[in-house]
Amino acid sequence: MTLNILVAVKRVPAPGAKIVLTEDAQRIDTKHLGFTVSPHEECAVEEAVQLVGKHGGSSTVITLGPPVAEEQLRTAISMGIDHGVLVETDEQEWDALATAAALTDAIQTLEADGDRFDLILFGNESADAGNYQVGIRVAHALDRPVVSGIKAIEPTDARATMKRAVADGFEVLDLPLPAVAAIKEGINLPRYPAMRGRLLAKKAQIRRLTPQRRDGGMRRVRLHHPPQQQAQTQMLGTGADAAPAVAALFEEVGLL
Amino acid sequence: MSLILTLSELDGDTLARSSRETLTFARSLADAHGWDLHAVAVGEIPDTAMADLRAQGVAVAHALLHDQLDGDAAPAAIAAAINELHDRLGAGALVGSGTDHAAEVMAHVAARTDLPLASNCTEVAPADGGWDLTRVRWGGVLLEDVHLEADVALLTAAPHQTAAADAVSPGAAELHSFKPELDESLHITRVVERASRGGGISLATAPVVISGGRGVGSAEGFGILEELAELLGGAVGCSRVATNNGWRSHNDQVGQTGTRVAPDLYVACGISGATQHWVGCMSAKKILAINTDPEAPMVTRAHYAVIGDLHELLPALVTEVKNRRGVG
Repeated sequence: MTLNILVAVKRVPAPGAKIVLTEDAQRIDTKHLGFTVSPHEECAVEEAVQLVGKHGGSSTVITLGPPVAEEQLRTAISMGIDHGVLVETDEQEWDALATAAALTDAIQTLEADGDRFDLILFGNESADAGNYQVGIRVAHALDRPVVSGIKAIEPTDARATMKRAVADGFEVLDLPLPAVAAIKEGINLPRYPAMRGRLLAKKAQIRRLTPQRRDGGMRRVRLHHPPQQQAQTQMLGTGADAAPAVAALFEEVGLL
Repeated sequence: MSLILTLSELDGDTLARSSRETLTFARSLADAHGWDLHAVAVGEIPDTAMADLRAQGVAVAHALLHDQLDGDAAPAAIAAAINELHDRLGAGALVGSGTDHAAEVMAHVAARTDLPLASNCTEVAPADGGWDLTRVRWGGVLLEDVHLEADVALLTAAPHQTAAADAVSPGAAELHSFKPELDESLHITRVVERASRGGGISLATAPVVISGGRGVGSAEGFGILEELAELLGGAVGCSRVATNNGWRSHNDQVGQTGTRVAPDLYVACGISGATQHWVGCMSAKKILAINTDPEAPMVTRAHYAVIGDLHELLPALVTEVKNRRGVG
């Protein structure tokens, strides 16, 4: 069997140890920041490349975002993804309902023009918004089965088994294709793009689609930092000499 | 009068800690509206869990009973059952925990109803015919105030953000069985195998977590962390650097894309404390950082710190703990 796989990613800033907000508290100040995608999505991209490498077929990366999000599409292409699709928005952040509706429309357009996607992969949750729902909404809109937290995919004929960690171990799910999966970091170790991939990615054609925005019912009032509770760090000593003080701490919290 | 329906998960015979936190969170909204607090769980609800629900002020507990929900139910089927119950009850709000399982079920409920879902909320109150809420972004280092307009509020409660507290007066916790219709097509996604790690202490619930990062240096380097964790009855965790280097399984990773932990004590050995890691451990009651760099963010944010090489401290610490055990 060959596989036709679509991977959805989201461009997000890569913040350092502290996040700085703009003056109106509506967004993160990204003046001095680079951009990336969530580790879950990096793994979803890698998984698509590996699955197509093993079973044959084709892979496509899609993102909903501003024109600069092309950068994240090209990074995925440099890792081995075949095609890129940008669902182009303004600089505003779209909420989960609006994002899922626009991605569903885009997927229907792509499938009307070509092959059906056997697998659509999302990250388990985005790094910034953490809504945990876009992939599930898209799956329902397309009437396809979906599972989250996936750490292994094994396609066989028209089905796939998918594995995920649960509180006290793991479980394996069996579902028919076409299907949707939300991928969790740990499914693989994403590769660094090779030089050849980077050159291909530079020249790759990106398909552009223009979405309709749907009101999702949630309006941002402001972003803010949680209150700082931490006082001064209490120093328990240096090196091996600190062992008695640390053991005393273990006693204090009831571990000894 | 309307009601709030809360998705409850069991941990053995008792109500899971996350579900107690979520009930406490949902109760504040129920009180603000003057609504009844209902709970729903998959399968029969044991007496001990019923006592927990009563203590949380639950008026009615609904047990979802259907052979498709026995043991091997995928979240899609559970969500369909909750949807049927919601159609029957006409709840004003549906609330679940921000745990992997409940969040997945709630996302299915949201997709089926086409309603907005606010994930990982820390606060919620009725306002202007809708709700004002605060939710977590970036795993918890940033908060977002949001106004939600919807016919029904769908929310998940951020884990470890609300301390579980009993209601002032206990609820009646009247037990109702609900047998959903459930479409056969929901059965196409099935759990075909489930395996337990077989005993051991789970990272998510361990009272103490001994975690290692770049400073551990190798897979073998985690041996001394394992030894200390076992002595203390805890679990071993690690940072993203450790999993990316192949030193530990991703199942051990503490962080935004790994496991969020809230132990009594979190010991961070050779972990610098990037945001990705910090959000996974910041809910610990106490944090001890062991690091050669006194300026590392983990050290400056921790409650306690030891400056030095973990490879020198940990063996001495294991000996010290064994000695105290021997004396005690």
